[in-house]
Amino acid sequence: MSQTTASMPGATKEHAPERRPKASRPRLRRRHVTGLIFAAPLIVYLLLFYAYPLAVNVSMSLRRFTRATYVTGEAPFAGADIYKEVLASPQFWPTVEQTAIFVVVSLVFQYTIGLALAVFFYRNFPLSTVLRGLFLVPWLLPIIVSATTWQWMMDADNGILNRFLGLFGVDPIWWLNADNSLWAVIIANIWLGIPFNLVILYSGLQNISKDLYEAAELDGAGPWRRFWSITFPLLRPVTAITLLLGFVYTLKVVDIIWIMTTGTGKSQTLATWAYGMAFGKGTSAVIKYSQASVVGTILLVIALVMGLVYLAVQRREED
Amino acid sequence: MSRATRTWWKTAIGVALTALMLFPLYWMINVSFTQRPAIRRGDLFPRSFTLDNYAVVLHDQLPYLGTSLLIGFGTVLLTLLISAPAAYALSSLFVPGRRLFNFLLIVAQMVPAVVMALGFYTIYVQLGILDTIPGLIVADATIAIPFGVMLFATFMAGIPRELLQAAAVDGASSWATFRRIVLPISRNAAVTVALFAFLWAWSDFIFASTLNREGGRLRPITMGLYDYIGSQNQEWGPLMATAVVASIPTAILLVVAQRYVAAGVTAGAVKD
Repeated sequence: MSQTTASMPGATKEHAPERRPKASRPRLRRRHVTGLIFAAPLIVYLLLFYAYPLAVNVSMSLRRFTRATYVTGEAPFAGADIYKEVLASPQFWPTVEQTAIFVVVSLVFQYTIGLALAVFFYRNFPLSTVLRGLFLVPWLLPIIVSATTWQWMMDADNGILNRFLGLFGVDPIWWLNADNSLWAVIIANIWLGIPFNLVILYSGLQNISKDLYEAAELDGAGPWRRFWSITFPLLRPVTAITLLLGFVYTLKVVDIIWIMTTGTGKSQTLATWAYGMAFGKGTSAVIKYSQASVVGTILLVIALVMGLVYLAVQRREED
Repeated sequence: MSRATRTWWKTAIGVALTALMLFPLYWMINVSFTQRPAIRRGDLFPRSFTLDNYAVVLHDQLPYLGTSLLIGFGTVLLTLLISAPAAYALSSLFVPGRRLFNFLLIVAQMVPAVVMALGFYTIYVQLGILDTIPGLIVADATIAIPFGVMLFATFMAGIPRELLQAAAVDGASSWATFRRIVLPISRNAAVTVALFAFLWAWSDFIFASTLNREGGRLRPITMGLYDYIGSQNQEWGPLMATAVVASIPTAILLVVAQRYVAAGVTAGAVKD
């Protein structure tokens, strides 16, 4: 999760910013042209470097690519066959389940911890701004850096995590082996996602009117009551956006998992599965471009749906 | 409890929480300064202090750092060149299909990089630009451009209309208005966009590991680090030292430009 999603203000509304009641026709057309000229580089870029790669991805999922046909480019058309194969493969449903666990558990903890920290930092105290800034660091670091550090901290024999748990008499845990790897990458991913949740929820808190809290305090509502009756309900729109974006980002995570475990064992998610089938070095002798594209296309469809949901949420907020 | 005591306690808890959160980074730095035989001992501070790991990094990783800088700046340039004019058009000019653009730009930010990488890989093989720096810059820019357009557009929508109309009345063309009025006012937005474009390009692993796997020295630092990870006998000292070096841009940006960073995180996700 190393991105933020930005959107344009009022873009969902019908009107263009400068629409005037009686623009004469030729003038209107000239303004169209000017606008399109300024937007042209973006349009070209979107077509060449978004639409085209995505179309290639989808077309690869419909044709049977092997190493040989990949080079010649004459892969036979397979229709939905590869989709059926992927869905029927013994790996598919376990991977979907692991992906669901990865996403849901990560989100629940990222959000809860992020919200708790946002509430904590909300009442300014000495150093609070500096400390809040420091909380951003994990989010801005290259993920490969964080992932290798966690990998070493979770080393079974020499990792600091097991050594710490050992103080309480816990036997060494093989964090990165097949069975535990899902939990290992979830822990690291929660850590990575906390800053994002903290920052967004914090700015959400700032938009809640202080008067409400003062009124509630006068009515004798304690901090707990104030949180559940004011903060939490009023944060709902921000919560919706945070969780939605969190879902999208967590679903597409590859690097943290790949670097810690190369997606082995239970830590395989849909995204790392696709990555591994196409690019995994050493993990499989056969490169399965078409199968990887099938999984990729499934992820693409989910992204499209989430984009629509995002728009719907945004529009409801604007109304 | 007096008010002062209460805030003092909060600061203490805040420091403790931050320390816990940043512990992995401390651990990375700690290991990077520890002599090889002592690393497995897990001392809480580098008791067997050494700079050898950094000497290894300087020897092994310098070219990759150079490549990463090049890719970072290239991505920033491409991102700004494409997103600033487009945002001007979307925020202040008349462009048909603004809602469609909005939707496309949101979806573009949600498409998993692995899906993009699959498509790019095939195209790059056909064009013969696999393992090249321009190829990687173009791919890395896909991470930042939709974000850049949206952030610029949000910012430019806030520019007073009167200012732009006054320029039009004075006979300034759209291009002149854009260059002389809109761009200078949008400086802060440009800094934020540039920051994130650089950081994402610098941190990128998926595109680098797919589109620039065999580029030798022309690969970015993330690949230099990955070489250490992939090797049979992981050398944790140089590995962690490289990780520290790879984190330097983040550290600099946070110190120099924290407010721009915060502006970028919340852009669009939260509305007033």
